Amino acid sequence: MLLGRVIGTVVTCVTYDGLAGVPMLMVQPLDKRGAPDGQPVVAADATRMAGPDEMVYYEGGREAALALEPWFVPVDHTIVGIVDTLHVTPESQI
Amino acid sequence: MILGRVIGDITSTINHPFYDAKKLLLVERTDPSGAGLPGYLVAIDTVGAGPGQRVLVLDEGTGARQIVISKDAPVRSVVVGIIDAVA
Repeated sequence: MLLGRVIGTVVTCVTYDGLAGVPMLMVQPLDKRGAPDGQPVVAADATRMAGPDEMVYYEGGREAALALEPWFVPVDHTIVGIVDTLHVTPESQI
Repeated sequence: MILGRVIGDITSTINHPFYDAKKLLLVERTDPSGAGLPGYLVAIDTVGAGPGQRVLVLDEGTGARQIVISKDAPVRSVVVGIIDAVA
C-alpha cells in the first residue's frame, strides 16, 4: 500500500456493472515523508468516507478490487483506509 | 520479497474491515547494505517489528492472503521477518 491525499472527485454517468455508486476520488500519491510524488490516480473508495484533502492509504493492482463488494470489478487502485496519524520516527531516534 | 527498514507507523480509525486492529508500518526500501532507497510501502506487521529495524517484506497478493488466512482480504504487503544480517 501507499499513502495518498484526496485532491478531488470523479463523477461518472455510466459505469461497468458493479461499480455503480462506488465513489471515485482523485488521489495524489505521497512519498514516505508525506510530500506529493508523481501523477494523480483515480481510486475507488472502499471506506466510502474519504473526503477532500484527507490523507489515505490505498492498495494497487489485483488486490484493489478485493476491497470492494462485489469484488469482481475493473479497478486498479482502491482507498482502504483514512490516515489519522502518520508518525515517521526521526533518524536520531532509530 | 524485498528488504526494508521500518521508519514509522500509521494509525487509522476508518478503514476496510480487514484492517481493523492491524498494525500498519511505514517501511522504507533499502539496498542489501541497509542504505535507504526512494521507495516505501505501507505494510501490515506479523512479526512485531519496530522503528529502525530492518525487515523482510512480502509484496505479493496471494502469498499475503495465505499469511492472513483469507481468500478475499485486500492485502498485498506484509512484514514477514526481521533481518539480523544480509551476507
